[in-house]
Amino acid sequence: METKILQANLLELIRRTSAELPGDVKQAIAKGLRKEKKDSSGQYALQVISDNIGMAKVNSLPICQDTGTIICYAELPSWCDEKTFRKTYERAVVKATKVGYLRQNSVDSITGVNSGNNLGPGNPAYHFHPAKGKSLTVKMMLKGGGSENMSAQYSLPDNRIGAGRDLEGVRRCLLDAVVNAQGKGCGPGILGVCVGGDRGSGYVAAKETLFRLLDDKNDDKRLAKLERQIMKEANSLGIGPMGFGGETTLLGVKITHRNRVPASFFVSVAYMCWAFRRNGFQMGEGGKISRWLYES
Amino acid sequence: MLLEAPFTEEKIRALKVGDKVEITGLIYTGRDAVHKYLHDGGKPPVDLKDSIIYHCGPVVVKEKGKWVVKAAGPTTSIREEPYQGPLMEQYGIRAVIGKGGMGPKTLKYCQKVGAVYFHAVGGAAQVLAERVVDVPNVHLAEKFGSPEAIWEFQVERFPVVVTMDSHGNSLHDQVLAASSDRLKDILG
Ligand code: SF4
Repeated sequence: METKILQANLLELIRRTSAELPGDVKQAIAKGLRKEKKDSSGQYALQVISDNIGMAKVNSLPICQDTGTIICYAELPSWCDEKTFRKTYERAVVKATKVGYLRQNSVDSITGVNSGNNLGPGNPAYHFHPAKGKSLTVKMMLKGGGSENMSAQYSLPDNRIGAGRDLEGVRRCLLDAVVNAQGKGCGPGILGVCVGGDRGSGYVAAKETLFRLLDDKNDDKRLAKLERQIMKEANSLGIGPMGFGGETTLLGVKITHRNRVPASFFVSVAYMCWAFRRNGFQMGEGGKISRWLYES
Repeated sequence: MLLEAPFTEEKIRALKVGDKVEITGLIYTGRDAVHKYLHDGGKPPVDLKDSIIYHCGPVVVKEKGKWVVKAAGPTTSIREEPYQGPLMEQYGIRAVIGKGGMGPKTLKYCQKVGAVYFHAVGGAAQVLAERVVDVPNVHLAEKFGSPEAIWEFQVERFPVVVTMDSHGNSLHDQVLAASSDRLKDILG
């Protein structure tokens, strides 16, 4: 494999992810904009957001200055080993930081020193899987700090919110998370949710489910119904864009599930802000990108 | 509505929660280091009478000998809650711009001294940077580093919403109360 071509492709992936929001997110924001009351502060906030998205794309600059945690998911075919991939991805990250697609966002948790190039223990964060076919699939997400701070994990039963160990309990957790995030996580937001798992696997699955398209439908009928219900209920709370009040509080809810041990019942909520930056591509061994995973 | 410098008490007192405002004039950035410095008795390098402080750690670069702002979104304001009110009173600061709102202490001082809290749109780095048309000067950059320095920003039609006014109202409190009530209704 030509690592030079892979590196160029990865750099372009980082640029697109940081500067261009995927089409499904833009459509959801446009829909919200149409719903907000004329001349309201909610409409005003969404208009600024929408202008900002357009400007970032034209100028090829970060949509938000917090370019977040870099999370990379790769499905590796036999011709691309993990070590080579990591090395190449890291070169692309260093370059992307130098040219300003990414902010210097990796801080040593013990000394407080910023590495300056977005590399360091755990940065970037990788999730590897073997590929089913012959192509390499790479997906990435940039998750901002303000939104990550509003992520939450519930251990059911939870007496404070009256949540038991069933889907009704899950519903209470999700609505509670939305109310708590108001004014903080740069709404309108998106919830990635995992019911079950352990504390670690629950959060991982909750984040990964954010890769689903906003307008798709959950294969699991029970969860599809809960997703629709949460969207409707959350958007009736009146929190609105930026917490200014209004109709658009959530742009999407995506729920998945994992088995759990009998003693635990976790509900993990990955909260995402309006700057919902994710993208990906598929490429063959020759280096040609056959498909971008999100239309812009 | 438009708010143009000078930012007098009269103009600020006329603002109400929910007002959409476009600010034109000179404002100053200041975040954690600056607030701590002033609170500890440090001398302000600029005259803060009737000023607006922007909670922002901007990305500013020098191009052809001139400062150019590349990103200028707001940062979370609540960290300055212990200092903000007293500093408003001591120096005559008329408004702060930030995100996430501030607490009861700041709200009280807004009422007392005639000041407001403006909420900028979080994450809108590009739009907000574009509205900074000139950067005449920077202060305390050596001491605190670029993001924590006091930058002078000449802004034009800088878009914000009044979320805390000088009449004791906070949009944050109102939306929280209303949404919590509504949640109780939904859950029955
Ligand atoms: S929460 Fe999102 S939009 Fe807001 S500052 Fe952080 S990354 Fe940007």
